[in-house]
Amino acid sequence: MQHYNMNLTLKVWRQKNNKAKGGFETFQVKNVSSEMSFLEMFDVLNEQLVAEGKEPVAFDHDCREGICGMCSMHINGRAHGPWEQTTTCQLHMREYKDGDTIVVEPWRANSFPVIKDLVVDRTAFDRIIAAGGYVSVNTGNAQDANALPIEKQKADESFAAASCIGCGACVAACPNASAMLFVSAKVSHLALLPQGDPERKVRAVNMVQQMDTEGFGSCTNIGACEAECPKGISIENIARLNREYLGAVFSGSAQG
Amino acid sequence: MSWKNYFSTSIGKKILVGATGLFLVLFLVVHCYVNAMVFWPDAEPGKHFTEAAAFMGGNVAVRIMEIGLFLGLAVHIIQGLSLWSQNMKRRSVRYTVSAGNATSKWYSRSMGLLGTLILMFLILHLYHFWAPNRYGQAFDPAWKEEDLYHKMIAVFTPLWVVIIYVLGCVSLAWHLMHGFFSGFQTFGLATHKYKGVIRSIGVAFAIIIPLIFASMPIYLHCVGNCGH
Repeated sequence: MQHYNMNLTLKVWRQKNNKAKGGFETFQVKNVSSEMSFLEMFDVLNEQLVAEGKEPVAFDHDCREGICGMCSMHINGRAHGPWEQTTTCQLHMREYKDGDTIVVEPWRANSFPVIKDLVVDRTAFDRIIAAGGYVSVNTGNAQDANALPIEKQKADESFAAASCIGCGACVAACPNASAMLFVSAKVSHLALLPQGDPERKVRAVNMVQQMDTEGFGSCTNIGACEAECPKGISIENIARLNREYLGAVFSGSAQG
Repeated sequence: MSWKNYFSTSIGKKILVGATGLFLVLFLVVHCYVNAMVFWPDAEPGKHFTEAAAFMGGNVAVRIMEIGLFLGLAVHIIQGLSLWSQNMKRRSVRYTVSAGNATSKWYSRSMGLLGTLILMFLILHLYHFWAPNRYGQAFDPAWKEEDLYHKMIAVFTPLWVVIIYVLGCVSLAWHLMHGFFSGFQTFGLATHKYKGVIRSIGVAFAIIIPLIFASMPIYLHCVGNCGH
């Protein structure tokens, strides 16, 4: 693809802190290369702001290779921008053309309060994991691969669920701000493996309770989460979480 | 954890909405089957339908099941609206630019609205057909099952009633377009193997059943106004 430069208008959400009232600020960014990533374009903007003696825009980022799940930007109405199964850092400026206006907002959910500008607090996810998203029994050292036979299909499904990076795009995209796709991915990846099996019922109930305590909305099977997930996590995992929860309820074995 | 707590979590509430929703789907099948008898080419118009309606009206088992139906409906409405109002509060600051239909279907996002429209239609529908008959059955010693066929013709003679009924059926169609699949998903049955077939049956159900229902007021409006 032919390389080109572009001038853009950015409307970016600025908010001093959690208590302050936020609002949009408009910036002109010139000579943006089509080869840049979206975050590199923000680096250019911030360098420009620093040179002008203004406060740079705060945004989350870490690995910049699509695996850490930090770059939480809602771009022109889409979590992580318009590309499918892509994080913001992997979205490239060749998506845009000269003269475009791009509106960038933080994840909006009461459970993800804004810390500053585009940075939100996603520690609610950590607390959900702490409520049961682990194996508490001592599984010992890594065993020989053949010692614990696992059905290929289950291993694959578990691996697909484990690819969740906890970025929060599911919550950001869901009209109910529900965290069900995230929780279902974590419950699924453990429930499908022998190590996670003994605690599957207690885990499902505890993680769901914590999800509710954190104030996430409830899932109404809309499917926007699946459409926006950068890792392509399927809502089949939500079906599995529902089964796990029902199993826990009717077997009566989950202490909760 | 107590039973009450199990069903007051977000998934628990959804299980109640899903279970009652699927129960109402079954009711629609029975209701549609009985009412479709208005199309039966009887020598005496509406005979099959009138007999079926009289059987349903006079049967004790059906009357007992009706209590279950109303309870199910009440749970579906109350839990559905409660989930809807709670979910509305989860995002105090709304997005300036939203994804719209790029990531989800409008009817999936509008179940609360569609359900409310159906409820409004349902009140009118019960007022037309259910309430007078059942009130008489309960309180009038001289009660006799109404001739519902001719009552339907009388009710559907004005065009505005037909329009409201058709709009009620359209709301029902969009509600089912999401609700049918959603019910199965809530019970975890929409697995990789079955979700395709559940979606397809759901779409077919959401089109066929409301279409049959909508054709009744249109047909009886014609019967009432044109005599055929």
